[in-house]
Amino acid sequence: MNIIITGLITGSMLALLAISFSLIFGVARIVNIAHTAFYMVAAYCIFSLTGKFGLNPVAGMMIAVVVVTVFGLLAYKFVIDPIREHEAAVLIATIALAMIFQEAVMLIYTGDYRTVSALIEGYFIVTGVKVFYQQVLTFGVVLAVLGILWVLLMKTKLGLAIRSTAEDREVANLMGMNDSRLAMITMGISVALAGFTGAVIAPLTVLSPYMWMEPLIMMMAVVVLGGLGSIKGSFVAAYILGFTEALVVFMIPKGAFLKGSVALTIMILVLLLRPEGLFGISFEEER
Amino acid sequence: MKRETFGWSFFVTVCLVIFMSVPVWGRTIKIGVIGPMNFVQGKGHWNGAVMAAEEINARGGVQVGNEKMKIELVKADSNEFLNVTDATNAMERLMTQDKVDFVVGGFRTEAVLAMQDIAMDYKKIFIGCGAASKILCDKVGENYNRYKYWFRGTPFNEYYLVATSFAHLGVAGAAIKNELNVPVKCAIVAEKATWAEGMVKAAEGTIPKMGFELSGIWRPSPVATDVTAELSAIQKSGANLIFTIFSSSVGITFARQAGELKIPAVQVGINVEAQKDGFWEATKGMGNYVFTMNTYIRGVEYNEMTKPFVEDYYKRFGEVPTYTADTHTAILQGLVPSIEAVGSLDSDKIVAHMENREYLVPSGKVKYLKDAQGRPTHELAWGPGYLTSLGGQWQDGKFVGVWPNKWKASPTAPEVTYKGMVPLKLPPWMKK
Repeated sequence: MNIIITGLITGSMLALLAISFSLIFGVARIVNIAHTAFYMVAAYCIFSLTGKFGLNPVAGMMIAVVVVTVFGLLAYKFVIDPIREHEAAVLIATIALAMIFQEAVMLIYTGDYRTVSALIEGYFIVTGVKVFYQQVLTFGVVLAVLGILWVLLMKTKLGLAIRSTAEDREVANLMGMNDSRLAMITMGISVALAGFTGAVIAPLTVLSPYMWMEPLIMMMAVVVLGGLGSIKGSFVAAYILGFTEALVVFMIPKGAFLKGSVALTIMILVLLLRPEGLFGISFEEER
Repeated sequence: MKRETFGWSFFVTVCLVIFMSVPVWGRTIKIGVIGPMNFVQGKGHWNGAVMAAEEINARGGVQVGNEKMKIELVKADSNEFLNVTDATNAMERLMTQDKVDFVVGGFRTEAVLAMQDIAMDYKKIFIGCGAASKILCDKVGENYNRYKYWFRGTPFNEYYLVATSFAHLGVAGAAIKNELNVPVKCAIVAEKATWAEGMVKAAEGTIPKMGFELSGIWRPSPVATDVTAELSAIQKSGANLIFTIFSSSVGITFARQAGELKIPAVQVGINVEAQKDGFWEATKGMGNYVFTMNTYIRGVEYNEMTKPFVEDYYKRFGEVPTYTADTHTAILQGLVPSIEAVGSLDSDKIVAHMENREYLVPSGKVKYLKDAQGRPTHELAWGPGYLTSLGGQWQDGKFVGVWPNKWKASPTAPEVTYKGMVPLKLPPWMKK
């Protein structure tokens, strides 16, 4: 039971991060290394809003997502958009952006570890295993957001435009879609999702200015394993790596620290067999 | 006339410029304070040094021969948690640009080893206030001429840390036996870090010798954000005593989740995060009954120097000093009396004086050891009458002292109890 719960929570968090990362990569070919830095900023926003200003945790979460989205849009407008055509430059600029966020957080909050209160305290017991209410809540909320995202992409005009641009930017342009505006909207959605992940995960984790680095590596691994730019691939790969991590912790107590390495090894093994990732071909076919 | 006025004005201006460019106190003693300044450890380094410098300067400075010299501190951010190169650069800057006379601080062994060599290159006394690795002092014994400028300021070395931890385990084990009337089953939970390796090995060998059953070993990542898997397995193993070895954020995660899940075991050992005043808030009160080694606890006194230091520090900085704040001791009780005794800033003369002294400090008594061959190692003496550190436990929001309380290091050793001790409490959910 613990493996299932831990795997689902880790997988869901990775899925949210990886799908939102894939979204902006698919639409605008932007490799946003600062993606998980937005996740960190959201977590610290909640810490300040709930801890220092005494705001209701749900209100704090919503404000944090809005704040991070605004940061994301500003970053797109002033840092990414002017150099968007140069992918390497975007990559480096977003690394710099992440470092700036990290240092700013360090300056404001110092390197001390911080925590955020759980929305629901306590636990329940299933088949002899203790499960936190907060974990179940997080999983439920993440699933709901993934559902909303699916509806947005599949059932709305905006989703159609996003998917069309992801498939072929030039044709989408010829069909009258404003590529630049769409990229900005997608960036907003992408960063909002990263912020949302930070918001829901904050009560389950320990906040530090470097908390963005570990999920960044795992998120990239999920994206590569699933097939670069494939949303379906990111979803499946996130749960594969999430369950792998959980299995390692449970099966090898003395080697719990190896969970990241084992997950990355599985990614390499899959890539050796399918260099395009799990859903790379399907994605190409979609194109 | 006009010419004469101009001449006088010029003369007065030149005098003023000369007067203003020469410090009133003449030369100062420059002490570099190096540490990770954005972290609690570095803040402790700096705060302790500031208190020492202010105290010395307020009484007129340091008497060096016929001259009275004030202390001037130079802050150097080693950023050593992230980058050892930053630490060596910071130390190099202290030596070449700031031209300090002495250095105090350092935290991570990996960084301190590199910084130690730079300080030795320049023959500058470096008093370490953070790293516990024995190898730092072994070098003094092995190559005295090069490494004699290194002194351990705090904490005592890793072997003594382990010995102290076993004493703490003994106290908790006795409480479990007496209060619950059950055999003691001990789980070892140590973060996967180099400094913990030796301790895990020693604990594996010693715990069964203490009459406890070893129920298992768990090694989470130092930055693990979820340890429910480990906690479930620990509960399943039947452990009622958990020997923790944490210096990183996992200390918060583990304590918080164990408290939330009401794991029926008492946590005892080293949990650096639990040593901080912010631990209660960081665990949202779930860190209740966590027991950790610490150097200072409000209300606990090693000797007559403890209370004034702890209370002054608390008044000044709003928190209890962490062990890295022993830069205060390193400067005030270590360095300065030796400078005054030899009447010089000459490192060789000061080393010769310092290594033979025995003196009281707020955390006990300092004595520098020699190795088996009689060579000075500048290692701190541990044990009754010298440095022992404390065992503290979080009890309902307050961090209180629980060890040493009638502690005997050996059957023939004197019993040690410091002022302000209270009995250890087992988590009430262990008794159900």
